[in-house]
Amino acid sequence: MEHVNPLTGFRVDGRRPNEMRQLRGEVGVVSRADGSALFEMGNTRVIAAVYGPREIQNRSQQVNLKEALVRCEYRMAEFSTGDRRRKPKGDRRSTEISLVIRQTMEASILTHLMPHSQIDIFVQVLQADGGTRSACINAATLALADAGIPMKDIVTSCSAGYLCSTPLLDLNYIEDSAGGPDVTVGILAKMDKVTLLQMDAKLPMDTFETVMELATEGCKAIATYIREVLLENTKQLECQRG
Amino acid sequence: MLQSKSFVKKTKQGRVVKVVREHYLRDDIPCGAASCSSCDAAARRLNADAAAILVIDTNVVLHQIDLLENPAIEDVVVLSVVLDEVKNKNLSVYNRLKALCTNTARRFFVFTNEHHRDTYIKEMAGESPNDRNDRAIRVAARWYQSHLGASARVLLVTNDRDNKRKATEEGLNAETVESYVRSLAQPGLLDLVVVPTSGDVTMEDVEDLRPSKRKVIYIEHKPMSEITSGLRCGIYHQGKLRVNRYNPFEAYVGSESIGDEIIIRGRSNMNRAFDGDIVSVELLPQDQWHETKSFIADDDEDDNEGDVRLAPDSADDAPRNTNSTQSTVASVSSRPVGRVVGIIKRNWNSYCGSLEPMPMPAGSGGVAHALFVSKDRRIPKIRIQTRQLGNLLNKRIVVAVDSWDVMSRYPSGHYVRTIGDIGDKETETEVVLIENDINTRPFSTQVLACLPSLPWTLSPEDLANPNRQDLRQVRVFSVDPPGCRDIDDALHCTPLPNGNFEVGVHIADVTNFVHPGTPLDEEASQRATSVYLVGQRIDMLPKPLTEDVCSLRADTARLAFSVIWEMTPDAHIIATRYTKSVIQSCAAMSYVEAQARMDDSRMVDPLTVDLRNLNSLAKIMRHRRCERGALTLASAEVKFEIDSETHDPLDIGIYQIREANQMIEEFMLAANISVAEKILQHYPLCSLLRRHPSPTKEMLEPLLRTASSVGLNLDASSSKALAESLDNAKRDDPYFNKLIRILATRCMTQAVYFCSGDMSLSEYYHYGLASALYTHFTSPIRRYADVIVHRLLAAALDIAKLPPIFQDGPQLTGIADNLNYRHRNAQMASRASVELHTLIYFRTRPVDTEARIVKIKANGFIVFVPKFGIEGPIYLTSKGDKGGDWVVDEVNQKVTKPGANISYAVLQSVMIHMEVVEPQPHRPKLQLTLI
Repeated sequence: MEHVNPLTGFRVDGRRPNEMRQLRGEVGVVSRADGSALFEMGNTRVIAAVYGPREIQNRSQQVNLKEALVRCEYRMAEFSTGDRRRKPKGDRRSTEISLVIRQTMEASILTHLMPHSQIDIFVQVLQADGGTRSACINAATLALADAGIPMKDIVTSCSAGYLCSTPLLDLNYIEDSAGGPDVTVGILAKMDKVTLLQMDAKLPMDTFETVMELATEGCKAIATYIREVLLENTKQLECQRG
Repeated sequence: MLQSKSFVKKTKQGRVVKVVREHYLRDDIPCGAASCSSCDAAARRLNADAAAILVIDTNVVLHQIDLLENPAIEDVVVLSVVLDEVKNKNLSVYNRLKALCTNTARRFFVFTNEHHRDTYIKEMAGESPNDRNDRAIRVAARWYQSHLGASARVLLVTNDRDNKRKATEEGLNAETVESYVRSLAQPGLLDLVVVPTSGDVTMEDVEDLRPSKRKVIYIEHKPMSEITSGLRCGIYHQGKLRVNRYNPFEAYVGSESIGDEIIIRGRSNMNRAFDGDIVSVELLPQDQWHETKSFIADDDEDDNEGDVRLAPDSADDAPRNTNSTQSTVASVSSRPVGRVVGIIKRNWNSYCGSLEPMPMPAGSGGVAHALFVSKDRRIPKIRIQTRQLGNLLNKRIVVAVDSWDVMSRYPSGHYVRTIGDIGDKETETEVVLIENDINTRPFSTQVLACLPSLPWTLSPEDLANPNRQDLRQVRVFSVDPPGCRDIDDALHCTPLPNGNFEVGVHIADVTNFVHPGTPLDEEASQRATSVYLVGQRIDMLPKPLTEDVCSLRADTARLAFSVIWEMTPDAHIIATRYTKSVIQSCAAMSYVEAQARMDDSRMVDPLTVDLRNLNSLAKIMRHRRCERGALTLASAEVKFEIDSETHDPLDIGIYQIREANQMIEEFMLAANISVAEKILQHYPLCSLLRRHPSPTKEMLEPLLRTASSVGLNLDASSSKALAESLDNAKRDDPYFNKLIRILATRCMTQAVYFCSGDMSLSEYYHYGLASALYTHFTSPIRRYADVIVHRLLAAALDIAKLPPIFQDGPQLTGIADNLNYRHRNAQMASRASVELHTLIYFRTRPVDTEARIVKIKANGFIVFVPKFGIEGPIYLTSKGDKGGDWVVDEVNQKVTKPGANISYAVLQSVMIHMEVVEPQPHRPKLQLTLI
């Protein structure tokens, strides 16, 4: 299948290979949580809620007394995909993504400032159209910032693939399921450090580098957008206070 | 950049599932017109001073692609909605359109109207997708008109009456194809326009031109729904229709569902199917599976006699023998017979040929109906309309097929272009090339840009490369046919102190210049092989590479890829080494020269000694190979002597094979086998190998039958047994053994390339060479397969990285298929070229010669002329008179005339007269008659 039209160079949904889907971020969507956010990448829509830092509920889970415990739970809503199917809570994929998100966020949270406490991150996919992993990380970042949890830097994530001999940024579901490689990158935007790198196919070394380069560019663009959203939010809070 | 509007589309996929897709609309899509100042200048394709900018409808592309390919049609806007529709309806037309749009010499521009903010439209309630697409085309045309303003005239070209009417109502310029072409005032162009098949009257006219005995009416094709359900419950069988090359009234459908070939006899049972169509077939009741006697195909009203042609080299070229082993003629065949009920996928193409001679119609200048006869006998005659009949008679033309109506005996088509005069050597050669789909276009500038700078010389970097061994001090030499300019192999043979020999095969290092993924590589992979015609060569690689940079010429330093063995004096390989190298050949000999050196006992110079050593090694290797069961097959390869000025053939003779040829062949085989082992060991899943399938019993059947009729017992249980019984087949007749070998060769299929991941290890076997593994490594200048193998070997040696294409199984299989296709076409073209030159040769030289009967038919027999390597029919009875008073004995392969006491048996020698006759003007053919 032609994922990139050879004559016009457009992708199936009308994007160019190096263009991202439309982004939208909103902070404070769950009022009960300490911090929450909604994040959209095209049709992929994710909600994240953060509770904490709060007292550790289950002492046995605590490993290091001097650092905060970060927990993460990823779920896909049953209505998030086209065919409505009951998804068990602890399936392999969810567990894996939960772990991936936790590790990525942990790399940025200044856990040593909050000993004897735990931070819970809940992410729920409302609508899935490829790149849920990245969208969840971006949503979690927004929610953590909303909760006022100290972080080293903003973590953002974006995926890129390689189809029809072209590196493609931000794959949607059709492109994701085409069988090509899918490189998900997470970076600390300002520090320019990689916190997450996943790929589920083989790719020659030099092509991989260009694809990863593209994904990193995407991450940086998202970081700029997230910063805008947070600034806007802060301004509003400022106004409310008077 | 990103226009922030997202849309939602619903589509149904089998089950009713709601699919939500994003659809981005943008405002940065250029219009492509040079007269437009607001759009991106880099995308400009359409001329500023064009008379009109054409926006074409889908039906125009689908039916008039030949017209669009004509350079008279320019400044065309292809909308993405049209592109998508064409792609869904006809992939081959889509590919041609794609080629048009990417061709920089043509002014075709693709406008992505579906993603443009102003031209995207949503389907309205109650509107069919077709109507919606038509509206999208009109909206885009209107946008073009308003976008470009008065500076250009935008014309919507459509053959859809409804669409045209609506467009005119909306104030757009709209015309049909015919009226547009008429307005261009080029009469020749009108022949290219496909006339919609509504004119029943015109068809009647043409039928009247020929006094047809009966009106042929074909059975209506079954609707697709019925076919699919019939296939599912097993009433119908699906397969590709292949028409017998020697008898166009017989076809085969290889069906997977019954695991056998279904025979289809007669045009009415073929029911308008063409060769290569995917059809669905219904089996006839078993009592209709009668065998007809195998006539030399002349029992038809189309008077397509069996032509005299080159003797076939393999089973793939030979006429298929349908007679199974029945002793009584009237018995029921074991093979199923069927008829076509529907066509699943058409394989319509354009075909080369000429018009059937006909009188000029009274009112000249008007439209004439003519019948086109394809050179490919498998294709039926095609009815065309032309306004330039006078110009087209006696010309070779290209015609495309458009439709085939139930009421009409022949398909109707339209004229595409003229090639040249019939019988003219250049024209006929071009016909051969077109028929075999051989690309003769000069190499593009992008391809030529990939060449190294000329003149090329050995650079210090090449010498400094640790992977490249300097073998320039070694005495390397090459042996090739005389006049060979693309020398891709050279040898050396050095005695070692321990009594063994170091033998090296050095192959031109083409991959050092042809890098994967470059335009040069793409082009070579498409062409796949050089094509050798009589007195002409069509190169796979550009000439500087073929004849200079890669060619291992004498006394020049050249890069090579070497296989070096240590061999004992009794030709056992002790060690094998592969390396890239630099060599300097000390002599480029011809086979004759090398043979003369070896034979001349007075010569004792080191080079001659090397040759003799190699020859003695080769003889041992050859003997060992034959003991393993390799077949020594024979074919009658002919050679022409060409006049250097007129390029007409001066003399014709059988190509002589010397010991020197066999010596070179032996080392090339050994190198190929060694390389095959090495690459398979490293890349068990993605190596390119060559296999030769063992012939089946049915394929060997004609050989065994012929042999037993002359009292010879052949054992074909294995290649070894066959090789031995062929060796033992000796008679007083000196030519007998060769004749039997030639017949045996014909029963074999050809070897094919394949990707090692697609087959199991046991299927890798090469029957003819009796080798477990085989590949092609030794001719990278003229075969692309060898280029691939060079890359694999280099990667196996860690010299180079493996190109990414090898990780893509289906793509690799696609390459192997293309190699086989091109390889086969190249062979067919060579044979056709030889046939053509044979005809030219005999045109002025009728000759009496000896011939051998190779097959008995009901109305005559087929003879083989050893001296000229050609084969053709001899009729014992006049046409129309079937059988006559001749009695055919199928078991003993004999035809006798009871009263006259004359009989002819297979393999018998007869004297014949060969002469070129012209039964119709400008249609010469070679005729054989008994004397």
